[in-house]
Amino acid sequence: MIRRLVGQANARTLWALAALLAALIAAPAFANDYVLTVLVLALYYAYTGQAWNLMLGFAGLLSIGQAMFVGLGAYAAAGLFVQFGVPPIAGVFLSIVVACIAGAIVGYLAFRFAIGGVYFALLTIAFSEFTRILIDNWAYLGGSRGLFLKVSDLRHWDLINLRGPPQMFYYILLVLTVAVFLFCRYILNSKIGYYWQAIREDEEAAQAIGIDTFRYKIYAVVISSGISGIAGTIYAFYYNNLFPETVFAISGSVDMLLGTVVGGVGTLFGPIFGALILTPLGEALTAATASVGIPGIKQFFWGLVVAAIVLVQPAGLWPLVYRGLRLGGRRMRPPPVLRGGNAVGQPAVGREEEGV
Amino acid sequence: MAPFLAVQGISKNFRGLRAVSDVSFEMPKGAIYALIGPNGAGKTTTFNMIAGAFSPDAGRIVLDGDDLTGRRPDLICHAGVGRTFQVVKPFRGLTVEDNVAVGALRWTGDIEEARAYAIETLALLGLDDKRALTPEHVTLPDRKRLEVARALATRPKLLLLDEVMAGLRPTETDRMVATFKEINAKTGLTILLIEHVMRAVMALSQHVIVLNHGEKIAAGTPQEVVRDPAVVECYLGEAAL
Repeated sequence: MIRRLVGQANARTLWALAALLAALIAAPAFANDYVLTVLVLALYYAYTGQAWNLMLGFAGLLSIGQAMFVGLGAYAAAGLFVQFGVPPIAGVFLSIVVACIAGAIVGYLAFRFAIGGVYFALLTIAFSEFTRILIDNWAYLGGSRGLFLKVSDLRHWDLINLRGPPQMFYYILLVLTVAVFLFCRYILNSKIGYYWQAIREDEEAAQAIGIDTFRYKIYAVVISSGISGIAGTIYAFYYNNLFPETVFAISGSVDMLLGTVVGGVGTLFGPIFGALILTPLGEALTAATASVGIPGIKQFFWGLVVAAIVLVQPAGLWPLVYRGLRLGGRRMRPPPVLRGGNAVGQPAVGREEEGV
Repeated sequence: MAPFLAVQGISKNFRGLRAVSDVSFEMPKGAIYALIGPNGAGKTTTFNMIAGAFSPDAGRIVLDGDDLTGRRPDLICHAGVGRTFQVVKPFRGLTVEDNVAVGALRWTGDIEEARAYAIETLALLGLDDKRALTPEHVTLPDRKRLEVARALATRPKLLLLDEVMAGLRPTETDRMVATFKEINAKTGLTILLIEHVMRAVMALSQHVIVLNHGEKIAAGTPQEVVRDPAVVECYLGEAAL
């Protein structure tokens, strides 16, 4: 397994990754409270972006409902903690299970009825909304008035109960981001990763070589939602309050995918790279214009960035940097959704192949 | 002895249009048969029914004692049917080698083993020097070969080839024919091909089935079939004689 993880990477890549990791480990020592909050956010989006990328970049499934998986994970762990005093280190498993079940339901309904492409995306949005309405009306979990976690001493690291300073959350997210990166790298180079890429490129051809496309697409959704569920636990205990309107907002799902779109959908490092660039930029812009007070400037800026990326560099920024640094390893391409396949997720009809 | 492949009275309608109507034929193990006929005769629809892309409205398809009728395409592949697509369907984001390796993953979970088998299969089809390229960087004839290599990598018992020689030059056709003959002789692979290139049909197949308007109008050795007046009239034209 180690060999497979390091396998295709060359020495240059390993050194670059080691340097970045060292910088990220050292960062909190040099960061003030504000910068640290931004870094926590950046890692949070790197992590959740990786989960989203697994679905779209690897398996070709466009989800805009990642907030549902994160939100369900957040409510599961927070609910257990508030109602039964179960510590999040145990509660996180319920987060994973609940998120996975939600993923399995959405995936089952979509793929049983052959819903793909943007229609799948719409389905994920719809389910995200259903979940919001459900939690909104569920008084046991606080309903629309919100669910609050007791904030206690914030100086000591209490990993079992996830009570501690932002530094603690930063390092937890750093570990999670590294872990999910390695996991994605491993899974992409295994049978399931190959099968996802085949399905992403051409579902009919994938079936013809023996791939149970229904089952492997379900795997993609369930694994992605499980990863997102873990992020939910972190979210709940970092913010200490959960409101359905915020947790399940579509804008939350969109924030999770922006970094990856900028970094490079379908690349392994794109989600991390994109989130580390985009989050600080957005925050800096908000801070810079704070005195002038332009509402929505961050969203406007992000809109511009995404439009520019999609128009000029649909493969994302990471492939550019990666070529620039001459790093070795796997070359990846964006999924057909971003390559001009038509809206229902079918590949563009063969051009020169048609006819004899 | 029961036939290896038995196609029994299969039919398919598309919104009232009779694409295939009561077609039956049988193939012994290790044979090479061809399915010919004019455009729209129902050849590819017949293939799609055998491979499971469409389920037949009537009739049965039995491979090696295994009833395949109406089964899912991936399960039919596991039952031993490999197919190519007339309009090639390579996995465009993957290299030529990985395209074929995915096929080999049907029977192995080991990526290294699948890669090694892919390299062997590519060598067999003369694609070994294109391994690292993506499909859009190879020529159409090479993409047709890739289509064959990917299907072969699943280790089928029956290989369905849908116009893999279309667009090839005569020398390339001869090379492809030689390759199929070699595979057939070495492994005993049963091959059913749809082909318009009569040069390949004559050289490769032991038996030819002719479809027209969804019906089987003739069957026999290539020599018999090209002399059949009905076949000449609907498909080959007088010049073929």
